[in-house]
Amino acid sequence: MFTDFFYYLRNFGVPVSMNEWQSLMDALEMGMAASTLTGFYYLCRAVLVKTEAHYDRFDLAFASYLGDLESPEGLPDKIWDWLNKELPSKDITDAMRRNHQQLDIEEMKRMLAERLAEQNEEHHGGNRWVGTGGTSPFGHSGYHPGGIRIGGNTRNLSAVKVAGMRRFQEFRTDETLGVRQFQMALRKLRQFTTRLDGAREELDLDATVDQTCQNAGRLELVWARPRVNSMKVLLLMDAGGSMLSYSRLCNQLFTAVNKSNHFKDLRTFYFHNCIYDWLYHDPSCSGRDFTDTEYILRTCDSDYRVIIVGDASMAPSELMRAGGIIDWDLHNERPGIEWLKQIRQHFEYSVWLNPISTKYWEWMDGAYTIKAVSQVFPMEELTVEGLERAIGKLKSRSAMGEGTRIVRS
Amino acid sequence: MAPDMTQYKGSSDYIVSDELRNSVNIAIALGKPLLIKGEPGTGKTMLAQSIANALDKELYIWNIKSTTKAQEGLYVYDTVQRLYDSQFKDHDVSNIKQYIKAGKLGEAFQSSQQVVLLIDEIDKADLEFPNDLLWELDQMSYYIPETKETVTARTRPIVIITSNAEKELPDAFLRRCIFHYIAFPDPSEMGEIIKVHHPSLDKRLLEQAMETFYMLRNIPNIQKKPSTSELIDWLQALVVGGISPNKIKQDMPFLGVLLKKNEDLDTLLNQLHNKTQARPQPRSTYWNR
Repeated sequence: MFTDFFYYLRNFGVPVSMNEWQSLMDALEMGMAASTLTGFYYLCRAVLVKTEAHYDRFDLAFASYLGDLESPEGLPDKIWDWLNKELPSKDITDAMRRNHQQLDIEEMKRMLAERLAEQNEEHHGGNRWVGTGGTSPFGHSGYHPGGIRIGGNTRNLSAVKVAGMRRFQEFRTDETLGVRQFQMALRKLRQFTTRLDGAREELDLDATVDQTCQNAGRLELVWARPRVNSMKVLLLMDAGGSMLSYSRLCNQLFTAVNKSNHFKDLRTFYFHNCIYDWLYHDPSCSGRDFTDTEYILRTCDSDYRVIIVGDASMAPSELMRAGGIIDWDLHNERPGIEWLKQIRQHFEYSVWLNPISTKYWEWMDGAYTIKAVSQVFPMEELTVEGLERAIGKLKSRSAMGEGTRIVRS
Repeated sequence: MAPDMTQYKGSSDYIVSDELRNSVNIAIALGKPLLIKGEPGTGKTMLAQSIANALDKELYIWNIKSTTKAQEGLYVYDTVQRLYDSQFKDHDVSNIKQYIKAGKLGEAFQSSQQVVLLIDEIDKADLEFPNDLLWELDQMSYYIPETKETVTARTRPIVIITSNAEKELPDAFLRRCIFHYIAFPDPSEMGEIIKVHHPSLDKRLLEQAMETFYMLRNIPNIQKKPSTSELIDWLQALVVGGISPNKIKQDMPFLGVLLKKNEDLDTLLNQLHNKTQARPQPRSTYWNR
């Protein structure tokens, strides 16, 4: 029964498993669908779809599957009732209207092509579409009502589809998936130690047995300090204008780092393009809200792990010359590269994460400065794999790489 | 279990949409946990209370914190107490059972009646937390090695799990749940919800407040959109403050109740003053120089 629908769903990118399908069959057996299409729709969605990000795909698959069937009786009134409720006359702002116009039929075709591509991959058993979420169709808000015709369904079924799309198009999978992957990678950044200060609150079983024996059987409890992560992290983020285009990626990393509660200490500072005398407390990098870089170098000991996020592309003078700082009203005595070298010397465990893909490093505008910076810090691209490699470098001193070749001038 | 015996129909103090009610009934009938996601303030936690009230069942709440371990929900073996007791010989320590203390999940399993178990904010816990509960939620039983006992639920509890989507949950866990996303209520549903909390509200006041509220929510770039619970608080403030309905839209009093972030207030002000270049772009001026 409905086995085709199972494959429809998988082709549309809803990751349905056999277990869930079996549950659905059980539920249908129990009459949970209440013998109406609406009931069936809700039942399927509740049992088969596990994230609001897939609601839209589910709606598409549902409409597409039922589009092949004749319009079942008892449907229209219910659906239309529901539909009327679901599409309130929202105040459409000018910005929204402009958006809708941009995403016209061409965009729609492209999206359809994407879905078809997904379909092929699905047949080969891969779950690729999860990983390649960068161009997820849910990021765009371009599904204006004209889009429904692509499915070529009967009117009432398209209605289900439209309603679904309009309500759930805002949710996107790529964001959270990225965050979870980053988080998983960051989990590897840990270093357990029991030698820290803190309450002794864990029973040390071996020592207790030992001591009790020594005590001729009279119980002597020995407490130990729990193993905690001693990893301290310093996150320095470039908040310059050229980073705007990577802000989503950087946000993901930032979210992941901040949600990782296993660090003993986490400090975040911001800078513009290159690090000079000051590190700022907020991304606007303005005003008096800063800490002297010197002070940080003095107070943070060298086992802090330093993650610098930045595109490292700037005008060569910004990096190499005294007074090269980009900010209009500031002046730096020492060139940026000197600061970078000093930071690298102090923090032996440090990496530079670059949101620009490795393959462009030599061809970008900032190729010169990227090269210069990557001679100071080991540089990795800001992807999940890159982060994993970077964390490997943060963990061991042996993997300090090319950054150690520090030339004193 | 006959499905018609445990039909959840909503309760007097909680407005439930048809979709949500369906999902709850499906979860009950299939004996699977119901995973509830949704914006903060859409009544995820309230749902479990409402189910418990409506079906006249006891409610167990397991609040998850970042340090919560899956094991704690099942049982805790108080070894230290046992060791101490053994020193003073006034307890029979050979009976390990008395040192096994059931956690919330364990209590729910052992209850003779069917209960409602709320696992609140599961996403607060460690990334692996949901995976550690797979077997227990699937089989509704767990094994205590210390006493060589298997605790099996006499009646499958109705399990409600809420998540604020702070962390993505693992697929294997999701596969075992029934999922429902509580969408933000539209104005008419919102009217119903408010009626429950403020039964005698001036109609004009409500109208004006709702209009302002949805206007605020529709402003793009608002980081923390005001939610249902904030609207309810705001209405309370408006009533207590004796604000005339005509002034609500103009003055927007007590805005701090609705918008909790400075940036959002700024965004709103910019919007109101029709400043199109609201976003500061620190470097653009420099490049143009």
